[in-house]
Amino acid sequence: MNAQLMMALMPILVLSLTAVVLMIQASVKRDQSVAWVITALGLLLALWGAGYARGFTQPVTVLLMVDDWGLFFTTLILVAALVTLILSKDTFSPEGERKEEYYLLLVLSVLGAVVLIQSSHMVSLLLGMELMGVALYAMIAFPEKGQRPLEAAIKYLVLSACASVILLYGFALIYAATGELSYAGIGLKASIAYAQNPILLMAGTAMVLAGIGFKLSVVPFHMWTPDVYEGAPTPVTGFLATVSKGAVFVALSRFFVEGQLYEYQSLMTALAAVAIASMLIGNWLALRQENIKRLLAYSSIAHFGYLLVVLIALSYSGAEAGLIRESITFYLAAYILTTLAAFAVVASIAGEDERKNHIASFDGLFWRRPIQAFSLTVAMLSFAGIPLTAGFIGKFYIISVGIQSQLWWLITALVIGSAIGIYYYLRIIFAMTMSSGMSSGMSVNDEGEDQKNVAQDVVVSSQDVLAMLLLTMVLLLGTWPQPFIEFAGRL
Amino acid sequence: MVMVNLILILLVGGVLALLSERVNENMPRRVALAVVLFDLVYFLIHLSGMPELTQLQAPLPDDPSTWLMHFKADWIPAFGISIEFALDGISMLMVLLTLVLGAVAVSASWTDVIVRRGFFEANLLWTLAGVLGVFMALDLFLFFLFWEVMLIPMYFMIAIWGHENRGYAAMKFFIFTQASGLLMLVSILALVAVNQSATGQWSFSYFDLLNTPMAEATAHWLMLGFFIAFVVKLPVFPFHTWLPDAHTQAPTAGSVILAGILLKTGAYGLIRFAVPLFPQAAMDFSYVAMVLGAVGVVYGAVLAFAQTDFKRLIAYSSVSHMGFVLLGVYAWNELALQGAVMQMVAHGFSTAALFMIAGSLQERLHTRDMREMGGLWQQMPRMGAVAMFFVVASLGLPGLGNFVAEFLVLLGLFQVDPWLTAVAALGLITGAAYSLILMQRAFQGEPNPKLVDQGLMDFGRREMLTMAVMMLALIGLGIYPQPILDIAQPVLQSLLEVTP
Repeated sequence: MNAQLMMALMPILVLSLTAVVLMIQASVKRDQSVAWVITALGLLLALWGAGYARGFTQPVTVLLMVDDWGLFFTTLILVAALVTLILSKDTFSPEGERKEEYYLLLVLSVLGAVVLIQSSHMVSLLLGMELMGVALYAMIAFPEKGQRPLEAAIKYLVLSACASVILLYGFALIYAATGELSYAGIGLKASIAYAQNPILLMAGTAMVLAGIGFKLSVVPFHMWTPDVYEGAPTPVTGFLATVSKGAVFVALSRFFVEGQLYEYQSLMTALAAVAIASMLIGNWLALRQENIKRLLAYSSIAHFGYLLVVLIALSYSGAEAGLIRESITFYLAAYILTTLAAFAVVASIAGEDERKNHIASFDGLFWRRPIQAFSLTVAMLSFAGIPLTAGFIGKFYIISVGIQSQLWWLITALVIGSAIGIYYYLRIIFAMTMSSGMSSGMSVNDEGEDQKNVAQDVVVSSQDVLAMLLLTMVLLLGTWPQPFIEFAGRL
Repeated sequence: MVMVNLILILLVGGVLALLSERVNENMPRRVALAVVLFDLVYFLIHLSGMPELTQLQAPLPDDPSTWLMHFKADWIPAFGISIEFALDGISMLMVLLTLVLGAVAVSASWTDVIVRRGFFEANLLWTLAGVLGVFMALDLFLFFLFWEVMLIPMYFMIAIWGHENRGYAAMKFFIFTQASGLLMLVSILALVAVNQSATGQWSFSYFDLLNTPMAEATAHWLMLGFFIAFVVKLPVFPFHTWLPDAHTQAPTAGSVILAGILLKTGAYGLIRFAVPLFPQAAMDFSYVAMVLGAVGVVYGAVLAFAQTDFKRLIAYSSVSHMGFVLLGVYAWNELALQGAVMQMVAHGFSTAALFMIAGSLQERLHTRDMREMGGLWQQMPRMGAVAMFFVVASLGLPGLGNFVAEFLVLLGLFQVDPWLTAVAALGLITGAAYSLILMQRAFQGEPNPKLVDQGLMDFGRREMLTMAVMMLALIGLGIYPQPILDIAQPVLQSLLEVTP
């Protein structure tokens, strides 16, 4: 392996090294603040590495493909990991608990995600996904007290293992059909294999898609999502929703494009059905949720339904490939930033107290803690796709792509889904504007109470600062997207 | 730049109003009033350089330089999106209406809102800014942005300061308008895609998108997307159900803005976008639209008659009056369009005033139920007289603006379809019925014994001044409507040339 290849692998190397250092540190002196600092430094260094590697984009063996697109998502995921790291510090109770291992798991999981993003071969796909997933099980179960994290972790573990098995079986079938394991190889041989034995190839890809669909939690593979979201500690939920899902989607897009899977009509029909079901059912079930983490779980199901529209558009000639890639980049970036901000605010408001994740406990937040309420409002508006936020530009991309490829059914589902979505996002905002004792909204008594409420809030935690930074980016992407669009176009 | 400044002044003014609450809790309303009046004066100063009304040039759809004002700056060049504003006679009228009614709304909030005044006035100013954007934006992306974003402060106004059922009303309002807005977004993007495949370039500019060649079926579908978004806002039967709730539950200033200005964005959208962008499709569709309009006129009037809630009655009367606008637009001849524009202005004033009266009554009586009122004229003669004026204005008394508007619409419509005209004219009769029953129940008849000794306050100086402004406007429109007609005429003329 020559030096050039090492340079290209810089983020992966840095992350691996960080993991090793963390293990050594734990054996020498157990100190969680030291572990925290090492993790933070490691992630920052990996961020630098991701920038550095941009000069050395190339395929690294058959397993990995280091390109600008992948490095951009690597950067995004490292940022998400840093956010998770900062949130974790405040959220887990500081006393008594040993949590050096938690940071180690975090680094390993990020490492898995980066491998997954850069994978160009089924082996690296599986490797990345499992590394990310196995570390995540432990992260979910990490809080020592309470049964819910444990329950969520077991649920995720069992179902995720099943999904991996299905995925592996799919790989085997594809290998049997084509004799290839790299995406590009599959792309080359698939059409011949399809002509010889369509069932083998289709069954294989369908199983792979099912396995990946589970990780993305699209309908009908979504059952685990709300419980795991609810049970996991909030920072881990944020990590799962952004790093894990984002990386898997990037891997899926690569597999799709390079394996040229978009050429098979039956596969696309199935995927379209999954997308429509995710958009409608995800949004529909979110309506009835009272817990904000469960609500965000269902909303993320819907968001990945929207994203699938873009992949389906690949099989139609209408939209340019560049536009499709840009759409994925923009939508995922918007989704990740908004989701991180939302979970940062939820962590700030609710902390570890499970009951405070209930929407009812957000009542009057605007008057008690205006900064958090404002942040959450912006995040919800971005999810809902209201103009001036990044979420809107993302939706704009997806609808554009859908229209150019004339996917009218999918667009109809998207419009209906978004319309339903507005209701539950707005419910949170409405809850925050309510005021206890403000029955008529106009009585004089409220004023005194109001003053008291205002006086309470001056506390701004690091989570809030983080949320505000992320939302500044969300608003910036929404109001002045041109630089980012140009950037995404060059990737 | 003038148009950008108009919006910026309101946006910054909103922030100032929000901050001024820290100085003194009475400050926000003063700041808000000052900001709106300053904006109005600023606009008038820049209008004074314009040509005489009778010599206005027709704003050509393919040449922005013939418009009164035009501003264009790149925003997202990757998609051909720019910050493009333009002003012609109709948008000028709408901007003036917005700013005048904005000042009225601030006045209506003077004593009505007593909690979180800073945030209220800020939301009010931000809503106005959004509405101005809608009336001036000629880049479809920008237009859509303002169309959606203006709803957020409005939502807050209803959800925070509204009456007993505010949560439901605010939610319904927001979802109706957002969901229909999504359809418009799809239509806009599809229109741009069609244009892009024809010209090879992305553009959201109105001037580029006019005359986009497209298949008949495509045009019909896209036109429907715009149409639904606009008629939900207008609102037209059967998309009106959000309106009675939102208007009734909103605080007075919110109702004034909703009924006075926000409804007009729907009518404006129809005149500016829905018809000219898809002329043939709109003409094919016009009969359906006119039938909906005529049904709305009668249906709104009948339901208004059945209401016992003062504000709900006025809300349903809006449905009826906006039916005339829809009729006027889709009759698509000069007389009817003149009538529609006139109705937009006149209805703005008369309904705003009626909602203000309703608000004053609620502030004094703590109820909107007309069964609990009665004989109020004796105790509050000034308010009674003012109410009488606006009630007869609303029922279309000759000599006041609303009469001119409805008369013109009917006159224009008669050339197109006499039978629909006959149906719509029924609205004038039923209009008289619900307007007079309102007057009778609230202000005349036996006084409610419970209210006799309460020492109800009559209208004070601030209220009378506000009302006087609107009265003068309506009398002016009724006796000498020519300036409005002159301003609108060149615009309508060039619009009429667009359609086959």
